[in-house]
Amino acid sequence: MVRTGLLAALFLLAACSAGKAPAGPDDGVILAAAPAEKLSDYGLFVDMASASPATGVMAYDLINPLFSDHAAKHRFVYVPGGEPATYHEDDVFSFPVGTVLVKTFAFAPDMRASEEGQWRVETRLLIHKADGWAAYPYVWNDDQTEAVYTPAGKRLDIETISPQGEALSLRYAVPNQNQCKTCHQAGKAIEPIGPKARHLAHDGQLTRWAEAGILSGLADEVTGDPFAFDPSAPLDLRARAWLDVNCAHCHKADGSASNSGLWLASTEESATRIGVLKHPVAAGRGSGGLKQVIVPGDPDASILLLRMASTEPGIAMPELGRSVNDPEALALIREWIAAMEAE
Amino acid sequence: MIIRLSAIAGAATLLALAGCSPKSTEPPAPGIAGLPAPISAEGDFGATLQAALIAAQPGETIMLPEGTFQLSDGLSLDVSGVTLRGAGQEKTVLDFTGQEGAGEGLLVTSDDVTLMDFGVRNTKGDGIKSKGADRIIYRYLTVEWTGGPSETNGAYGIYPVESEDVLVENVTVRGASDAGVYVGQSKNIIVRNSVAEFNVAGIEIENSMNADVYGNVARDNTGGILVFDLPDLPVTGGNSTRIFDNEIIQNNTPNFAPAGNIVASVPSGTGVIVMANRNVHVFDNNFADNRSAHVLLMSYSLPITDETYNPLPRDIVLKGNTYGAGGNDPQGDLAPLAAALGGQLPPVVWDGVTAWGEGEAQTLNIAVNEAPEVGFISLGIGRYPIDPAAIAPSPERPVAEAAAEPAAVVLAHSDR
Repeated sequence: MVRTGLLAALFLLAACSAGKAPAGPDDGVILAAAPAEKLSDYGLFVDMASASPATGVMAYDLINPLFSDHAAKHRFVYVPGGEPATYHEDDVFSFPVGTVLVKTFAFAPDMRASEEGQWRVETRLLIHKADGWAAYPYVWNDDQTEAVYTPAGKRLDIETISPQGEALSLRYAVPNQNQCKTCHQAGKAIEPIGPKARHLAHDGQLTRWAEAGILSGLADEVTGDPFAFDPSAPLDLRARAWLDVNCAHCHKADGSASNSGLWLASTEESATRIGVLKHPVAAGRGSGGLKQVIVPGDPDASILLLRMASTEPGIAMPELGRSVNDPEALALIREWIAAMEAE
Repeated sequence: MIIRLSAIAGAATLLALAGCSPKSTEPPAPGIAGLPAPISAEGDFGATLQAALIAAQPGETIMLPEGTFQLSDGLSLDVSGVTLRGAGQEKTVLDFTGQEGAGEGLLVTSDDVTLMDFGVRNTKGDGIKSKGADRIIYRYLTVEWTGGPSETNGAYGIYPVESEDVLVENVTVRGASDAGVYVGQSKNIIVRNSVAEFNVAGIEIENSMNADVYGNVARDNTGGILVFDLPDLPVTGGNSTRIFDNEIIQNNTPNFAPAGNIVASVPSGTGVIVMANRNVHVFDNNFADNRSAHVLLMSYSLPITDETYNPLPRDIVLKGNTYGAGGNDPQGDLAPLAAALGGQLPPVVWDGVTAWGEGEAQTLNIAVNEAPEVGFISLGIGRYPIDPAAIAPSPERPVAEAAAEPAAVVLAHSDR
């Protein structure tokens, strides 16, 4: 009985694969109501073992990536033929239905040389379905030949050496599917975070998107955010760019942390909203005994820095996706607050 | 060949999936008549439960088995119309003592959800939070920190925020380092027939509209029941709360909130505090043995940049309450003021602030319509920031005309 069912299932699977091209994204799988069991089913990669993208799947990067326990990230975008994404100056580009944003997280034995011996841990897909974006986590097998849909998330033990040369034993968290939504929330919907002009505009990347036919309406002059750790750029812009990428997906009017009233997008103009002399609302022990989010000139009295430095659940910010802290970012935000003029 | 390889991979996946499923060698545990069988208690319970929460269909009931389960990560529910139900608030316990991540034990972000008959214990952050979750029900739940009051306990036990139509009933909350039950930035709220004890604030309604808080026991907290409005939030202008038929007794636990939080300034030994809110009616409650003051009416005292914010309490009505012993040992900011007044405070204390900063004095309409023998004092602070020389305490009740009582809160979903 079991055998018959299994065979029937195998034939069905075979039938599904038989009709499609050997390489290239499978729009049917991409737009199906349910996520595929295996990452390979989408046809986003020509070869799973090397994770080389299929034709039409384009690699991209962000000027300032979100910090995720020092993981290396490989991003790809697939926009189905026919209709490009629409450019916006401040907001996320409007991508057509059928778009897939792919983000693979990887580690190496020594993140100072992250290309050497790198292994993939998870790939997250953000798919623009007919009724909105859906987020699906896939966890790679030990052989690095396949990644399997893992909606409940997972903790992985990872030993590595940080870019600063420090030995790390990570309890790396693959988020569950709902946690994907926590960060990607925009009101009742979910949406991508990274593909905004200010995050992408460097090294001719947006021009390449336009030339590839996946972006329309690109403005003539687009100024990207500065790289947060480029000391030649203005400190205020660097700090705000870092906060924008790492915090503002929740800390915005329609984000998961809207009720805090602490909004950290680089486009936010109110000093109180970004935390200057702002009292916490629901921080609980996250206040660490401090009274204000940012005390100009006094980083050690600023809750913002304290929560960035903590790794303790209930205190650590962001709440998800980080089990160790980011020394570079701590130094940047410390310098930024210290340089603010005390009132 | 390619087909065959993928088929083999498919078979492996199917087998792996089959291996993951709980084996039903025994008949499922008998469920409650008409309800589904509980999810399996075998294996990685946290993963099983989280997977069930993700796979749930609208209208589905997920049953939790009896037992105490160790959870290492926060749970979340984002499907509307789901009921999550245990075997009883002391029988099914989700224990987060070993929690490694997330800001709360359970996060609900969908509408029409019912949570009932289970307990949540020792979360690192908040206990159960629901955000933008309309028509939620919290019923027969226990949320607690078992090590007693400690500033390392999570902030809120039950924490609905930015929601419409919130029902909290028959819950027990214990040990929260901010508020046991906290309803924030919400509309149409009932908190009833519940027990809040050994929290900093027992029950708190903040920046919210139309709340009924009744039939509760708030005891052994730092402050029993709080109605606050705070500046610089997406929703301000909290108003229209009725607090009635509650037992508000012996809220004398020393304040254990981490500094920086607004409740860290709550004086130990307060029964009800109304701060910067409008149209709050406190009636037919029983107050006893709150050592600072049974009722404290006060303004927000920190610097304000939010121009839309009114820091003063307005249209307050007190009537028909029973006041036992109390006010005998005022704490916190009330201690020095009380010392100047002979060391004790009467049952009803108002800070006497009628103006804030450069603003003109407002008509606050504070109606203390209690029996004549119920003591009252205005601390006579007059204006913030405080000018010590101008403080003029007075036992005279303010002249006021009682504001009309808000209609009883009616929830669309309370008989669900």
